[in-house]
Amino acid sequence: MTQAQWEIILLASLTAMACSLPGVFLVLRRMTLLSDAISHTVLLGIVAAFFLTGSLTSPWLIIGAASMGVFTVVLVEGIQKSTLVREDAAIGLVFPALFSLAVLLISLFGKNVHLDLDSVLLGKIALAPLPGRRLEIANLDLGPKSTWIMGSILLANLVFILCFYKELKVTTFDPAFAKAIGFLPGLTHLGLVVLVSITSVAAFDAVGSILVVALMSAPAAAAYLLTDRLARMLLLAPLLGMASAVAGYGLARVLDASISGAMATAAGGVFLLAFLFAPRRGLISQWQEGKFRRARLRLSMLAVHLFQHQETPLQEVECREDTLFEHLLWSPGLTRRVVEHSLQQGLVEREKNFLQLTRQGRKLAMEVLQPGQAVFSPGSE
Amino acid sequence: MPETPAHNAVDVSDLTVSYREKPVLWDIDLEIPQGILVGIVGPNGAGKTTLIQTILGLITPLAGSARLLGQSPKKALKQVAYVPQRGTVDWDFPATALDVALMGTYGRLGWFRRPGAKERNEANEALERVGMTSFAHRQIRQLSGGQQQRVFLARALAQKAKLYLMDEPFQGIDATTEAALVELLRDLRNRGATALVVHHDLQSVKEYFDWVVLLNIRKIAAGPVEEVYTEANLKAAFGARVPLGK
Amino acid sequence: MESWFSLPGLGSVALGTALLGFLSGVLGSFAVLRKQSLLGDAISHACLPGIILAFLIFATKNPLGLMGGAMVAGAIAILAILGISRFSRVKEDASMAIVLSVFFGAGLMLLTWAQQRADSAQAGLTRFLFGQAATLMYRDAAILAFLTVVCLSLTLLFWKQLQLISFDPGFAASLGMKVKGWEVFLSLLQVVVIVAGLEAVGVVLMSALLVAPAVAARQWTNRLGQMVFLAGIFGALSGSAGALLGNLPGLRLPTGPVIVLIVTAVVLLSLVFSPLHGLLFLWSRQRRGLQTRMVLENLASMARGHGSIEHGHNLAMLQACSSNPALVKNSLKELIRLGLAREVAPGLFSPTGDGILLLESPENWQGEATP
Repeated sequence: MTQAQWEIILLASLTAMACSLPGVFLVLRRMTLLSDAISHTVLLGIVAAFFLTGSLTSPWLIIGAASMGVFTVVLVEGIQKSTLVREDAAIGLVFPALFSLAVLLISLFGKNVHLDLDSVLLGKIALAPLPGRRLEIANLDLGPKSTWIMGSILLANLVFILCFYKELKVTTFDPAFAKAIGFLPGLTHLGLVVLVSITSVAAFDAVGSILVVALMSAPAAAAYLLTDRLARMLLLAPLLGMASAVAGYGLARVLDASISGAMATAAGGVFLLAFLFAPRRGLISQWQEGKFRRARLRLSMLAVHLFQHQETPLQEVECREDTLFEHLLWSPGLTRRVVEHSLQQGLVEREKNFLQLTRQGRKLAMEVLQPGQAVFSPGSE
Repeated sequence: MPETPAHNAVDVSDLTVSYREKPVLWDIDLEIPQGILVGIVGPNGAGKTTLIQTILGLITPLAGSARLLGQSPKKALKQVAYVPQRGTVDWDFPATALDVALMGTYGRLGWFRRPGAKERNEANEALERVGMTSFAHRQIRQLSGGQQQRVFLARALAQKAKLYLMDEPFQGIDATTEAALVELLRDLRNRGATALVVHHDLQSVKEYFDWVVLLNIRKIAAGPVEEVYTEANLKAAFGARVPLGK
Repeated sequence: MESWFSLPGLGSVALGTALLGFLSGVLGSFAVLRKQSLLGDAISHACLPGIILAFLIFATKNPLGLMGGAMVAGAIAILAILGISRFSRVKEDASMAIVLSVFFGAGLMLLTWAQQRADSAQAGLTRFLFGQAATLMYRDAAILAFLTVVCLSLTLLFWKQLQLISFDPGFAASLGMKVKGWEVFLSLLQVVVIVAGLEAVGVVLMSALLVAPAVAARQWTNRLGQMVFLAGIFGALSGSAGALLGNLPGLRLPTGPVIVLIVTAVVLLSLVFSPLHGLLFLWSRQRRGLQTRMVLENLASMARGHGSIEHGHNLAMLQACSSNPALVKNSLKELIRLGLAREVAPGLFSPTGDGILLLESPENWQGEATP
């Protein structure tokens, strides 16, 4: 591979990692759609800053875009606070409006500038290694500028999360408690929004606006399915993001297609894998555990049924093996299987036509009915 | 007194319900005759709401079955009125008290017919019975909690049902509304209807209901209040902390 | 001077966007009421891969073929969103964001891939994003009119069902309705509208057109029927106004964004000026409510000073206690009307038991004192 290709892979990985870090908190705080809105509205910030400064490379662009991200969130929350419009609708109102304003401004005044919409949507990652987009100090080629920008954003995200780890953790899981012990959930929220906005702007340049959302949500959500610990999630999400970036680049090479589109597709693939195969949380292991639990549940159901009707006048009817299925409304075959299983496990005994609980079966029934106080038997006292 | 009907209001046998393979109700048997008011009592998470919803056929049980008024739940639905918990709906919905009461007549209208003058009259009558006539055209968010509950009840009345299943109708309402509701329930009973009411105030059980079902994942006891509503049964349902004042 | 209608096809453009606005206003109302405002956004983004696959497979730009592809992709997207939040602990917002962006990304990938094989896909992307309302012809308007008639009749035919599942799904199920089935039905109608609109106005506008007219209409009425009708009207007016303004001779703006901005302006005006919920109205009512409460508090504290709530005071006394004496008389009338105060003797007023009760439990205040 050429140096340029390595540089693209590095930039893609940095972008994915930088996005997935704040993404973890967005997923946990159910704010991912806000990032969708932000990634659209930063365009207006870029346009505004461009018209004010007349340059497409000035740091004002990032500042303008980031403040537009914050403004979006403030606007959404303001509309929501009026109680006239709910959150989902408020988001659905704000970002199309701001995005449309940006598009309109571009088409009105930006016809002669190089701010074309395709690159806004697709990003320009493939162009990053080209001459003129490189950082050179004293004739020393230090690589693409975008790599340095993305690297600093990643670093900023890391520093923010490390410094405010405690605050972020507490305000994410229990804002009321966080407030009570003197943390400022509002401030943490704002910090996160600023972080998301800045990351969106930088990533926007590389991978385009809508794919930022993929990199913020998919790796973080996949990590969420793989672990229960916040710290591990923060470790896993960037790794999965990097994997998506590398796989996406490969895919794009093979198909000779858009790198950012392929990265988003790969991120979706990574999430799909986690969704299907994650241990304990994945669809397949849930299904297996469900099967196992259903079998165990049926054993307890039989035990409870017998327990409830033993030594009652209805015993004659309810505990007969051959009519049991009518009462439990199981198929005869299923009933037979469950009875066999219970016999094997030593939970019931056959006595002529009747089924009777063994001591173990009785214990199981009581544990089920009175969790934690198995000694209690109904009707005592 | 109306003559004793041939069927029980509710027959539940060996009903087990689970949520994601975790049991919520264990092997419940219940026989509730018609023409009485039944309180369903138990601690949080005892499966009271689940019981009602399973009886209605909204939840498919893992085992066992329910029959309503001697029929399968599907066939009996036209004679059953369900009053969900007040918190489960969106009170900002663009609807007036009359609109909500009118929904009670939808079951009779079939798929395509629209409510007409007759249905409107029935809805208005139902509102009148709960004392909400003067609020008929108010948006439902602009009603107090007690008034919202009355509107829900009016909707149930408009269903002209024989069996009423109510989930916590006394929650978060004022004393006046509570008294009016009880009065209305008694009136329904005197006309031969049956009501199953999920209830959480243990003090008033004896006063309000003829029967009580004590529930905690399994059925602890069910029967006439004076026989079944004993300290021992309450202890069995609620554990050691019986919140009964006296 | 050029006039609007001398422009070729402007009539069909305005007609098409008006129909589209009407349709999305009607169906968007249900989406907003069911708190699914953003589902439309997700679906419309997710249609991209469907359109491109249809283009690649059938090698045609026939709008019906592309619409078919978009429909399939939209339906799959809905299922994926519901499936992810149902079968894992990932919440609905994240599952929407993932499906939206990943489908869209896959669409972009396919698009760039297709561009090497067939150059005619070139202009597809910007068109998908912002639509090309200006190219709407009478034939497109006819298709839209047909869809409007079909969707509107279905909505009217199943009005009861749609109302019930939007307001109280539990109760709907207790009437024997298949709630899940009706929800899918409603979502499919939404997919039809979105797909019909993509060609004309693009992704971003489509989501705005579903949400904004409904939100605006909700501010003006408390009845579902009126809301749906108004939303349709708002949508239609914004659609045609945007088309006309955007194609103003000498201006030539992209139609989609212009429509979004117009419909957003309608929302803003509604939020501020609506007589039912409008912010202006709320502020003035809040001020009146506070004033009334203050008069009641004064009555109560003065009566308490005499050890009996029966003890009455006259208007002049109350006005002397008030920061805004001119309003006291009206407030007092209001209190008497609500049964919170009464005239114990001619010219003498005291709080009632209810009035005292209300002061002691302020959470009751809002509902009672703001008729």
